[in-house]
Amino acid sequence: MEVRVEKLRKEFERFPALHHVSLDIRSGELIALLGPSGSGKTTLLRLIAGLEAPTEGKIFFGEQDASYKSVQERNIGFVFQHYALFRHMTVLENVSFGLKIRPAKRRPEAAEIKKRAFELLELVQLSGLEKRYPAQLSGGQRQRVALARAMAVEPNVLLLDEPFGALDAQVRKDLRKWLREIHDQTGHTTVFVTHDQEEALELADRIVVMSQGRIEQVGTPDEVYDNPNSPFVFGFIGQSNCLKVRISNHEVWFEDRPIGVPAPGEREGEALLYFRPHDIQILDGCGGCMAGVVASSRRVAGTRHVEVDVGSGHNPVEIELPPERAAGIDRSRIAFRPTKWKIFRP
Amino acid sequence: MAHDASQPQQRLARVGKATTEKPAARWALIAISLLFLLLMLFLPLTAVFVEAFRKGLFAFIKALGDPETFSAIRLTLIVAGIAVPLNLVFGIAAAWAIAKFEFKGKAFLTTLIDLPFSVSPVISGLVFVLLFGSHSVLGPFLQSYGIKILFAVPGLVLATVFVTFPFVARELIPLMQEQGTADEEAALSLGASGWQTFWYVTLPNIKWGLLYGVLLCNARAMGEFGAVSVVSGHIRGQTNTMPLQVEILYNEYNFVAAFAVATLLALLALVTLVLKTLLEMRYSAEIAASRRH
Ligand SMILES: Nc1ncnc2c1ncn2[C@@H]1O[C@H](COP(=O)(O)OP(=O)(O)OP(=O)(O)O)[C@@H](O)[C@H]1O
Ligand SMILES: [Mg+2]
Repeated sequence: MEVRVEKLRKEFERFPALHHVSLDIRSGELIALLGPSGSGKTTLLRLIAGLEAPTEGKIFFGEQDASYKSVQERNIGFVFQHYALFRHMTVLENVSFGLKIRPAKRRPEAAEIKKRAFELLELVQLSGLEKRYPAQLSGGQRQRVALARAMAVEPNVLLLDEPFGALDAQVRKDLRKWLREIHDQTGHTTVFVTHDQEEALELADRIVVMSQGRIEQVGTPDEVYDNPNSPFVFGFIGQSNCLKVRISNHEVWFEDRPIGVPAPGEREGEALLYFRPHDIQILDGCGGCMAGVVASSRRVAGTRHVEVDVGSGHNPVEIELPPERAAGIDRSRIAFRPTKWKIFRP
Repeated sequence: MAHDASQPQQRLARVGKATTEKPAARWALIAISLLFLLLMLFLPLTAVFVEAFRKGLFAFIKALGDPETFSAIRLTLIVAGIAVPLNLVFGIAAAWAIAKFEFKGKAFLTTLIDLPFSVSPVISGLVFVLLFGSHSVLGPFLQSYGIKILFAVPGLVLATVFVTFPFVARELIPLMQEQGTADEEAALSLGASGWQTFWYVTLPNIKWGLLYGVLLCNARAMGEFGAVSVVSGHIRGQTNTMPLQVEILYNEYNFVAAFAVATLLALLALVTLVLKTLLEMRYSAEIAASRRH
C-alpha cells in the first residue's frame, strides 16, 4: 500500500526530532531510511507505525488519513531492532500470535492459522524450528522469526528498524540478500531503517537520506551516489574529498591557478569542490591541474589508496587508483584532476 | 619433566589463594554465622514447637480447636485473602505506570511506595485511628451509615494493605523496567488490544517476579502485628488475628495454646522460605533483575 507522509513534525518535550518531513512511499517498494545516529530515522518509522503520535502533520495510508488511527487499526508489521520476540512462546506461537488474537469474526480457523504460520516459516527458511523458544535461536534466526511474525498479519506496510543491526558482518550480508528475495516474492511495501550506507545502496529501491530531523535527499541508490544534492549527502554516502576553491571566469581555481575543471554558469567567488577518490585522472605534467606530495599510500583489496598533501590549510586529498596505474606513484610529487565533481557554496 | 608440568598449576593455586582468606579466618567466619543462626533462629523455632507439644498432641489439637483461636485463624485468612489480591492489583498498576510511562512526579511515587518500609507499623496503624477514630471527621460520618472501620475487619484489611503494599510493586518495578516496552509494542503492532497485550505478553513476562512478590506480601500480611494491633481493638473471637491471638493467650499464661498458634505462623514462614528458595533456584535470572534493591 502507498504511504504518504505530509509535513510531519515531532517534538519530544520541546526537542524537535523531526522537522516538517514529507515523503511518498510507493506501493510495493523497498525504501531505506539512511542517516547518522540521532537523525530521526526511528522516530519517522514509529510515527508511520502509530507507535508515536505526531506533533503536527499527517500520514496517509492509500487515500485514507491514518494520522489519528491507533497502531492496531493501521495494520502494519513492525520488526524491532532487538526483535522483541515473545520469550515464553515458541517460534510457531510467535508467528501465529497476530492471527490468534483477532476477534472471532476476523480470525481464520485454527488449522488455517497453523498452515499460514508454517508457510511463513518455510519462506523465512526456519522449517523444523517451530517448537523452539526464542532463547534457543541464533540472532539471525530470531531476526527471521520476527519478520515472519510481522508478515503473518498481511500488513499494509512492513517497517523494519535496523533489521540487521545486532548481527555480525557475514550474517548481515546473507540476510540482506535474503530480505531482497523475500521482498521480491511477497511484494510488501517495506521501509527499513539503517545507518549502514552499503546496506541501503545494495538493498533499497530508493534511499531517503536523513540528517538532524530533516530529509536531505530521496532517490535511487544511483541518484544518491552519483548526484548528491548537498555537501552532507556527498560526505555521508561513499568516500569523498572536499576542497576550498574559488570560481573565477567559469573555471575552478585552487589557490593561485585554475585546475582544469570548468564551471560554466557558476557564480564567481568562494566554493567547495567535492569529488570521489576514484573519480580522478593522473596527469604527467601540470598545466591546469592539482598537484601535491604523496603523504601515504596503501593497498586496500583491489585498489591503491593514496593520500596527497595539497598544501597547508587544506585537507589532504584521498585518491584511489587501480594498482597498475599506481605503479609509478611512489615518486613524491603527483599531479591529478577530478573527472567528476560537484560544486557547493559554503 | 613432571616437575615442569606441575609448575603452572602451582602458580595457579597460589594465585587462587591470594584472593581468599586464610583457612582459619574462613572457618571462624563460618562458625560465627552458624552459631548466630543457631542461637537466633533455630533455637527459638525449636522452642516454639517444643512448647506447643509439651502437653502432647491432644492438647495441641484441642488448643487449635478453641473457637476463639479458630476465629483468629479464619480472620487472618480473610484479611490476607483481601489484602493480598488488592496489593497484587495495586502492585501491577504502580509498577506498570512507573516502569512503562514517563510522567511528572514519578520519582515521588517511587519514594511513596517505599514509605511503609520506613514507617514503624505502629504509626501506620495510628494513621488509620486518626482517620477513622471517633474524634475524626470520617469515622462518625461512616458510623452514621452503619459502616464500622476501626475495631472491625475493614480496619484490619486497611492496615494490612498499607503495611504490605510495597512488596509486589517493588518486586515488579525493576523487572518491568528492565524488560522495557518493546514486547508490548510488538503485540500492539500485531493488532492485540491493551488487555490482550497485558494478558498474553506482559503477565507471562513478569509472572515469576509477581509470584515472588505475592509470596512475601502474603507472609507479611499474615504475620503483621504492630499496625493490626492498633486498629484491632482486641475483641475476642472477632477482631483478633493469629499474631494478636498468640499475644493474648501468652499473656494469659496459656502457653500451650499460644505456642500452638505460633507453630502455624512458624510453619507459614518455613513454607514461604522453601517456596522462595525454589522460585529463586528455578527462575533466578528473571528474579535477579528485581533483586537489586
Ligand atoms: N522518547 C524520546 N524522548 C526524547 N527524545 C527522543 C526520544 N526518542 C528519540 N528522541 C530524540 O530524537 C532524536 C532522533 O532520534 P531517533 O531515535 O529517531 O534517531 P535515529 O536516527 O533512529 O538514531 P539511531 O541510528 O541512533 O537509532 C534524537 O536526538 C533522540 O535523542
Ligand atoms: Mg534508531
